[in-house]
Amino acid sequence: MPSLFEQADARNVLILPLLGSRKAEAPDGPSAHFKEEPASSGPLSPGRKRVTLFCGHYGSGKTNIAVNYALYLRRLGRAVSIGDLDIVNPYFRTRDSEDELTRAGVRVISLPFANSSVDLPSLPPEANRLVQNRSEDAVLDIGGDDRGALALGRYRPYILEEDCFDMLLVVNFMRPLTRTAKDAAEVLLEIQEAARMPFTGIVNNTNLAGETTPEIVLSGQQEASQLSRLTGLPLYMTAVHDSLYDTLKGEVPDLFPLRLQPKY
Amino acid sequence: MSEKVLMKGNEAIAEAAIRSGCRHYFGYPITPQTELAAYMAKVMPKIGGTFLQAESEVAAINMVYGVAGTGKRVMTSSSSPGVSLKQEGISYIAGSDLPAVIVNVQRGGPGLGGIQPSQSDYFQATKGGGHGDYHLIVLTPASVQEMADLTALAFDLADKYRMPAMIMADGTIGQMMEPVSLNEIEPHPVEKPWAITGTGMARKHNIINSLYLDPATLEQKNFERFGRYKEVEANEVRYESFMMDDADYCLVAFGIAARIAKNAVAALREAGIKAGLIRPITVWPFPKEAIAEAADRVKAFVSVELSMGQMIEDVKLAEGCRKPVYLCNRTGGMIPEPEQVIALVKSLEGGEN
Repeated sequence: MPSLFEQADARNVLILPLLGSRKAEAPDGPSAHFKEEPASSGPLSPGRKRVTLFCGHYGSGKTNIAVNYALYLRRLGRAVSIGDLDIVNPYFRTRDSEDELTRAGVRVISLPFANSSVDLPSLPPEANRLVQNRSEDAVLDIGGDDRGALALGRYRPYILEEDCFDMLLVVNFMRPLTRTAKDAAEVLLEIQEAARMPFTGIVNNTNLAGETTPEIVLSGQQEASQLSRLTGLPLYMTAVHDSLYDTLKGEVPDLFPLRLQPKY
Repeated sequence: MSEKVLMKGNEAIAEAAIRSGCRHYFGYPITPQTELAAYMAKVMPKIGGTFLQAESEVAAINMVYGVAGTGKRVMTSSSSPGVSLKQEGISYIAGSDLPAVIVNVQRGGPGLGGIQPSQSDYFQATKGGGHGDYHLIVLTPASVQEMADLTALAFDLADKYRMPAMIMADGTIGQMMEPVSLNEIEPHPVEKPWAITGTGMARKHNIINSLYLDPATLEQKNFERFGRYKEVEANEVRYESFMMDDADYCLVAFGIAARIAKNAVAALREAGIKAGLIRPITVWPFPKEAIAEAADRVKAFVSVELSMGQMIEDVKLAEGCRKPVYLCNRTGGMIPEPEQVIALVKSLEGGEN
């Protein structure tokens, strides 16, 4: 089988210099403490970047993770804005959590027509703040798949110029089109091509909703490690529902607890 | 272990169709069913199937008509305004006695309406939609698992009775994610001697047609077709009965409304009010006998719908004016809360004291 880099090369030479060019960097400062877990690298460490982008296959859990991550940064005392730049899916939006985010002091920037009955994919002018105001942290929730990542084009020059971002692939290996590391790598390449930006890390969000077991998370972890080997990208964190956090915290590094967004 | 994956309702329909042997899909994007087409676009090319985004819904349904004539399993999907556009083709498919599966992930209407969930295409699906004397088998999933299971059933029933079958879902069930097991889904192909597959110079031409200029012949065709519809009504009624054994109040609801009604039944039972639920899984054929039988025992029916009250007419026909029938509804993309259902039933109970 050709390596991922060869495949990438065959698809689009532009990808080659981007992929893996920003491998895990050592955290700048001492390890942060997150629910007693030392975070060796990635978004949970103080070495994390100002802008965090969550991308991935649709239905991989990007919005939920972005919302929880923004709340987490806020709890650390950071000034945080969250941008819902999902131009694909008009259901289940960041805006569903707007009240909670606003109460916590997170600035919510969402599409003008999100959750309305207008199916109009447009980007809000306030979103420029996310990439231009360098005094606060920015969490970006990007739409699913390559189509969703197209929205990033507008912000890409600012993000690349500042060069202080983490672009994370959220992957749930229980989703039918990302069952294996190879499937996920394909999605990764498609998104990277559309976004014209390099991924810097992987977020394992393997779950089966209410039927998630620790074994499911751990098998996702194995697949995520395989994806990490395949792409050279570090596995930054593993997200689990709050209820599984205590069971798994000894076994999985960089574990990030999630509370779920309200649904119908 | 029966292995599960986490799927959106729309994806579950697509994957179940593929596992049921569907290799031809024609569609046109529309919210809130787009993931179904997107899934087909990703997977069909990898398995030697055909995904084609047609130039319109009208084109897509006529492509379905063409493939159905060759005896291959074929599907199209859309949401309410798009399904209106397909009605002429659906009538032609029904008039040509062809199996096909049509998916409607309903949104608010009429007109362009909205993109939020709705059940207001009930009349269209169950009372015709297109012109002429015909029926569709109409299946109404209430979970992501049922999106998969009923899709497989739709293909089997369509083939068995040589008629189009519809999955009538709504935006919520289409978009929500739940664990699904797909292991049991497999194709059950049937012989299709009527299909246009080439004569091989060994048989007479098969002709796929809905045009019969001789009225006596057309009448006979309609009689024959309605003979098959009688079989469907006798054999294929499906519904779920929930806490109906001792129920004083019978809620009737399908799809997302049934999930809400179920929560209401549980809450009412806790409050000491004996409520139950009949959940039609097929709305054509409608579970008339279950409703009629309940009419002997309950004090009233409540039809819970995401429409201005459409299924309620079938409930009334089935119960035969024996008990009052009330409507509990939201429309236009709004979803009733269990509290609305609970309050209505409590007011009925209170009115008797």
